[in-house]
Parts: sequence; structure tokens; C-alpha cells
Amino acid sequence: MPQPIRLKDHEKDARLVRNRVIVGAVAVLLLTAVLVARLYYLQVIQYEYHSTLSENNRVHVQPVPPTRGLIFDRNGVVIADNRPSFSLTVTRERTGDWEQVLDVIVEVLGLSADDRELFEKRMKQGRRPFEPVPILFELSEEQIARIAVNQFRLPGVEVVAQLVRHYPQGAHFAHSVGYVGRINEKELKELDPINYSGTHHIGKTGIERFYEPELHGQVGYEEVETNARGRVLRVLKRTDPKPGKDIVLTLDIRLQEAAEAALGGRRGAVVAIDPRTGEVLAMVSQPSFDPNLFVTGISFKDYAELRDSLDRPLYNRVLRGLYPPGSTIKPVVAVAGLDAGVITPATRVFDPGFYQLPNYDHKYRNWNRSGDGWVNLETALMRSNDTYFYDLAHKMGIDRLHQYLSRFGIGQRVSLDMFEEATGLMPSREWKRITRRQVWYPGETLILGIGQGYMQTTPLQMAQATALVASRGKWIRPHLARTIEGQPPVDPNPMPDIVVRDPSYWDQARNGMEQVMHGARGTARKVGETAAYRIAGKSGTAQVVAIRQGERYDRSKLQERHRDHALFVGFAPAENPRIAVAVMVENGESGSGVAAPVVKQVMDAWLLGEDGQLKPEYRSPPTSPEPSR
Amino acid sequence: MNGNFDRTLSSEDVMRRRATLLQRLHVDGILLLLLLVLAAGSLFVLYSASGKSWDLLAKQASSFGIGLVAMVVIAQFEPRFLARWVPAGYVIGVLLLIVVDVMGHNAMGATRWINIPGVIRFQPAEFMKILMPATIAWYLAKRSLPPRLKHVIVSLAMIAVPFILVVRQPDLGTSLLILASGTFVLFMAGLQWRWIAGAVAAVVPVAVGMWMFVMHDYQKQRILTFLDPESDPLGTGWNIIQSKAAIGSGGVFGKGWLLGTQSHLDFLPESHTDFIIAVLGEEFGLVGICLLLLVYLLLIARGLVITAQAQTLFGKLMAGSLTMTFFVYVLVNIGMVSGLLPVVGVPLPFISYGGTSLVTLLSGFGVLMAVHTHRKWIAQV
Repeated sequence: MPQPIRLKDHEKDARLVRNRVIVGAVAVLLLTAVLVARLYYLQVIQYEYHSTLSENNRVHVQPVPPTRGLIFDRNGVVIADNRPSFSLTVTRERTGDWEQVLDVIVEVLGLSADDRELFEKRMKQGRRPFEPVPILFELSEEQIARIAVNQFRLPGVEVVAQLVRHYPQGAHFAHSVGYVGRINEKELKELDPINYSGTHHIGKTGIERFYEPELHGQVGYEEVETNARGRVLRVLKRTDPKPGKDIVLTLDIRLQEAAEAALGGRRGAVVAIDPRTGEVLAMVSQPSFDPNLFVTGISFKDYAELRDSLDRPLYNRVLRGLYPPGSTIKPVVAVAGLDAGVITPATRVFDPGFYQLPNYDHKYRNWNRSGDGWVNLETALMRSNDTYFYDLAHKMGIDRLHQYLSRFGIGQRVSLDMFEEATGLMPSREWKRITRRQVWYPGETLILGIGQGYMQTTPLQMAQATALVASRGKWIRPHLARTIEGQPPVDPNPMPDIVVRDPSYWDQARNGMEQVMHGARGTARKVGETAAYRIAGKSGTAQVVAIRQGERYDRSKLQERHRDHALFVGFAPAENPRIAVAVMVENGESGSGVAAPVVKQVMDAWLLGEDGQLKPEYRSPPTSPEPSR
Repeated sequence: MNGNFDRTLSSEDVMRRRATLLQRLHVDGILLLLLLVLAAGSLFVLYSASGKSWDLLAKQASSFGIGLVAMVVIAQFEPRFLARWVPAGYVIGVLLLIVVDVMGHNAMGATRWINIPGVIRFQPAEFMKILMPATIAWYLAKRSLPPRLKHVIVSLAMIAVPFILVVRQPDLGTSLLILASGTFVLFMAGLQWRWIAGAVAAVVPVAVGMWMFVMHDYQKQRILTFLDPESDPLGTGWNIIQSKAAIGSGGVFGKGWLLGTQSHLDFLPESHTDFIIAVLGEEFGLVGICLLLLVYLLLIARGLVITAQAQTLFGKLMAGSLTMTFFVYVLVNIGMVSGLLPVVGVPLPFISYGGTSLVTLLSGFGVLMAVHTHRKWIAQV
């Protein structure tokens, strides 16, 4: 059947479009009526409401910043709280000429040109129109009075009470808890502009930085009515902010103070870990500084003083300080050697005072030049015999050594929640090929066996490696937060436990360390003699300047700051470890002479009751499957 | 009388002589009058909204002058002549949009402009506002009405390409206007009601399904704030709260010219562009806004009359779509400022400050005039 030919029917088309024009016209009228109805609602029905707001007054939405979460030590002592403090704010839009107003402020308060410059910088950090920008904090009573008297010359300037972070414990926790500071321009770009719209401070380091999202909370806001001068007359609507979460730390303020006292004004680091839980009980980096200085903006002078001090108080020695672990690594190397099967507890090595690789002339010295004669593992640890460990490292080879020591956390970040922890370095063939474009030499393996050479560790890593020996390989990342709003922190990336072929290897290492303290020829026997309980410990020395072949370490020739760093690690009670401690004393020279007493003092503070005896809860050794000695 | 009648019909010369200057210029007097009223009103409101900036007024006035010239020039062309160039224009327009898209992704930012320094600087998306309805009108005018499914699908595809490119810029307001101008042609061409109903019915379950199964929480949150800006009073909601207070405090008669308080003092960040109706509402009240709406309605009415009287199908579709799109400008702008609709960047036609949109709008009215004044004499009797 042929299709009917379609003809274009112009009349029909025109009719169709005309109909649509009518539909369109009706739609236009209806929707316009909706608009008019809306305007009628706003301008007639709600007129009273809007006009009251507008008659000399302004509606204003202002963010209500959340209260920052508090930080407590493990006993509930406040470490960081929020203190009301009076600040001077300037609302640029209400000042008329804000530069002139700044001049008046400087004049009225008798401030300097430097302060004026700082104010100008802070004014530029305003983010929204009509935002009162705080330019001066912690006003004194006199300053408030001066502002009040001159209020008529200062349009748009207000004294407001704000909660400002305060650290009542001062310098004690500056390197662990850190501090908050004013949000800078770079941070501003990365922040959620809404949630931080009322916030002027942000965590800069430490716990304050690491747990910033938890501590900050969620912003609220209120719609307020202000008069023409910007004063809030009443709040129309309010959504409360959600305060930040409180954090309870694992740190113990008494132990922290005891550790600082034990260091006694020397530069250095102390870390104490509960090996059963990974809780960091004390974390000292000395000298320290007052974190309160940073909260409201540190003055140029104060900052220059801290920054340029030779003692480097801003330097976090626990997390950022890198030192060769020296002999403190020997217990770990011993466990590795036993598990790899290159030694047994009975293996003996003859020490003439040095070690030589076959076919090489170079003599690798024992610290005791006269030699210790025949040594087995126990003696090697007790005497810190280098020759034994040169031999052990040589038998292991770099690859296995790298593999084992990495499992103990050397060369990687070990903590769960510490900001800017250094990774340290555990060298390998691969590493040397890439960074130095050189092959690995056998001699470099030898010195790794005594913790020297390329290896670099932080005091925290030394403490964790020691805690692992104490806990027999159970890996829990050391952490500072015990609970966050009642919840323990979760490790998103746990380390695998270290499992050895025979658990008694742990006892071999521990036994050697006990001999260091309590053995007749132990290197730290003088400290061990005074202990009310058994300690397992190991001394070490970190070289600051290299000693050439054939030269002797001569302290009289070295400046104080070029002397070796003294190291000591240990845990106690040896049979039931409750605390593992690592101490580094800068330029302290003698691990067992200078660092070991610090370790013992820290242990005493934690383990001893008021009667000078081991606290009852630490006394009885747990029923463990380990073979009795 | 009878003699005269004879001569009048037979001689075009007489008609020519009688034609006024406006007719010879192909300008529609009614539209011109209404546009001039709007322009004058715009300058008044802008003077207040800009904080008495003569500089701004001079710029706006000169943009208006340029727009008028463009309008008159376009009015000289026969719609049939215009239609011939439409497909090429569409292709070039889309290519320019693609160029902008690629450049924008390389240069990070400045994604709307084509800029040849010292030569020319323009937004291709603006041209699309006129090219889009012209293209669909050109395509459908050659076919029988109402359009068949195949033609509807082709039309929608032609709308979708520039729409998506402009959304990616991202310029939600302009893309919406492009979408509206294209679909209004379909509507004017008599798109069947059951298809319209079917499309609406299909959108609902798809949207619900996307919401429930596809979208992430943060995307949902973004859409919720978009639909209800007042739930985010520290972000976009801030503008709305302020503009509502400004309009509402104007009352019936307003506070008087230059006497608005809410809209000055920088409470409204965009008081002289997209949010200018708030200034008008505060200073001239409900009466002022209604007068403005009246002028708009008269413009739209004239546009619809032109649509109905147009002789060619292309002219009808084009005129109808341009008129209805003009209404969308008004509806969306006033709707968003008064808190009825989500905030998309659509200016208030002829009142908001901005040269580009003025020139585009006046060009559109130039097309309307071309459609109206190039009819054959016989039909005008």
C-alpha cells in the first residue's frame, strides 16, 4: 500500500504554534503570580520581622566555634585546656579607615611599629565580610580599660572574650602534646572553610596536630541582630557547635617529671614504654620550651632566641633525633643471630681485642683493646664485646641483618600517633646502590652488628626495639593517646608480631641484658647493684665525630659538643617487664656511666612504692610458659 | 475612498512613503520603548547599588548602546537569510566551547573565555544562548509539526552537546538558559503532551534510583545545600538570608532611592549583579518590583504576539523560544534572590550590571524585530 504523501500544512502548523503561545502565556502569568505572592509574603506579611531587623540593625550570621577537646594525662591531670582570654577584634567594614584605627590602637596601648605590622598582617587574614578579626590576645585589665576609654575613636573595635588554648604544665609536654597556633595562609587553603570559619587556631605539632580533626569539633552558628556599631543585640537562631573530643594520654605526669629530673638539665631524650600495651609512659626531649608562647603568636625576639639557641630546644630529639644505636642494638642482633641459626647460646669466639675479615688487613677494634678472650653470647652481651658481634654480623650477612632489624622497626615509623616521626635508616644493598651508586662492602656489615655505620635510629625506635625484646616479639605500636572520647585508638596498619623458631631465644637476649646489670663483670653493674629489682639493660655509644683507623678516642682533644652521645636501653622487672626505657644523653660519652643511672631512676619512679620496694602489682612474675632459669 | 483604496493596494511606493523612520530601520517601536524604560530604570537602581559609581553607570550605558547597535544590525537581516547561516554557526559555536573546555583544563581557571590578547575576548557560551534556539528552529521548521520521535531525539542531542560543555565550565546559570532556549523550541513546535508527561515521569524514578543507589553521601549533601541554601548559612545561604531581609524590609513602598540599608554596606556581595533585585526591592518596595514585572510582562506579551503573527515557521519557533527564555531569566533570578529557587548564576535581564548579557539579550530582541518587520506587506493589513 502506498504511503500517503505528507504535505506541509502551514495552516495547521500556525494553529499549533498559536495554541502553544497561549499555553506559554498562561504559564508566564501563573509563575509571575507565584513570584508576586512570594514577594507579598516577604514584603507585606513578614514586613514587621524584616523591617525590625533592618531598622538601624542588621541581621548577621556568625559562626560559633566549637570548644577544643581537652587533653589529660593518664591520671586525669589536665595538660591542655581552654582558658577565657580577652582579645581585641577589628571588623574592617565598620572602621571607616581601618589603617587609621590601627594607628589609634597602637597609640592608645603604647605599642611598637613591629606590633603595628603584625596587626596589619592579621587583618589581612580576615575571611568573610563583617568578620571580627582578632589582632591582639591576652589583654590586660589596663589595656581593656584604655580601649574602653577611647572607644569613641575606635569604631569597629571590640574587646571579646574567647577561649584560648592553655598548657598548664608548661614545658613538660611541649614535645609530645605539641601546641596550637594561629591558622596560617597555607593551612587556610587546605582547611574546610565552613567548619573552621569561627576557629583561629589549629594544631601545629604533636598530639594537637595529629588528632586535629578529633580535637576540633564541628562549628555551629547563630543568626544575630547587631546594631549599626556591630554590637550583638539578640540572637535570633542558634545551632550549637559540637565540641571536640577529649583525649586521655598514656603519659604519666609524675613519671615525666621524674624522667626530666633524672636527666638533670643535660640535653637528651628519654622514652618509657609499657611493653605489654605500647603505651608511652614518658617522653622527654630536653631542653624544652613553653608551648604557651606559640598559642597567641610568639614575638619575633622570643622565637629568634628559641630558634638560634645552641641547645636547640625546638628540636624533638625523641622523634626527630637520629643516632646510630651503638651497642644498644646488640640484644636485637643476638635474637636475629639465634633465629637465623648462625649462632647458638654455646657458640664461642676468641677475642684478641680486634676482628679481622679473612684476606683483609683492616682491624675492627673491640672497645676493650686487650680483648676478652673466649666469649659466648652471654658474656658478649654482658661485656658488650664487639668482636663477637662483628663475627655474628659477618655470618648473618647484610641481607638477613636488614630483614631482621626491619622487623624490629628500625628504618621505619614505629609510632601510631606521633606527628613527624623520623623514619631513621636501616641500610641494605639496594639502599646503597640507589643512594650512593656503590656496592655493599663486607666491612659495612660488621659495624652494623655493633650498631654503627649507616644505621640511624630515633630514641623512640630504640625504646620500641627494647620493648619488643621485653614483650617477646609482640608488636603494638607505641602511642600517646590512651582514649579519644573513651575510645582507644585503632592501628590502621599493624606490624606483624616477631615469631622466632624457639621462644627461648628471647630468654637468651634477656639473660645477657640482666648480666649487664647484675653480672660480676657487667658493664653497668654499678647501677645494677643499687636496684631493688632485676633490670635487663644495654649500654651504647653514638659517635658524633668519626675516629680514624689507628687513632684513639681522646676526650681531652674533643670539644664538649663533639663528644659521643651516651645511650642506654633497658626493661624491668626483668622477669615480668612493665616498663621499657631508652635514654640518650647528648655528649654524655658513657652509656653505662651517664645514661644507665637515668634509666634506673625512671624505672624506680614507675616501679617502686613509697617504701622503696617494688609495688605489689609488679612483684609476682606471671605464670608464663618460659623455662625457669 | 474607493479610488484611494485601489491605489494603495497597487502601489508599494505609497506604503514606503508612509513608513516611519522606525519601520525603515526595521525596529519595533513597542519593544524599543519598553527596552529604553528598562535601561533607564537599570541606571537608577545601579547608581544606588554600586554606591554611586558614575564609572559603573558609564560602562553600563555604553554596553547598552553597543547592544542597541547590535540589535538594529541584526534586525536588518531577513530571518530566511539568518536561518541559512545557523548550522555553520552552531558547529563553530560548539567547536569554540570545546576549545574553551580543553584550554580551561590546561590553564586551570578562566574556563569561560576565549581570549586572544589585543584582538578579542568573549564567552562562546553567550552566543549559544541565541544559536541554540535558532538551530533547533532551523531543524524543525523544515519538518512537519508536531515533531516526530526521531526529530525530537536529534533535537535533544543537539541541545545536549553545548549544554554539557557549558555545565563543565562550570556555569550552571548559562547552561540552564541554553537548555531552556532549546527545549522551548520543541515546546513551541507542538511537542506532544504525552511525551512531555512521559519524560517527566521517567525523570522521577531515575533520580530516586541515583539518589538511593549511586550517589555518595557528600554528593547528596552538596545537592541538599544546593536545593536549600539556607541550611548552609555560612556559605551560599548567607547571601540568601541577607537578600531576603533586604527585600522584606522594603515593604510596600520601599525605603526610597539611595536609602536602602541592608543592601549597602557590602552585606550583599553581588548587590549590583545577580542580586540587584534585592536593592530594588528594598528601596522601591513591592510596588517597584511589580512595576518592573509589569514591564517584563509587556515585553513578553509583545514577544508572544510577534510569535503568533510570524509568517515563517522558523520565525515563529525562534520568536516563541526567545520570548519564553527571557521569562526564564526573570523567573530564575527573582526566584533565587527571594529564596524560592536554588542559587544559580542568572542575571536579572537589563537591570543587572554586565555588558555581555546586555548585548546577548538585545541581540535576541534584534532577532524578534527581524522576524516581525520582514513580513510581506500583504499580511500586515
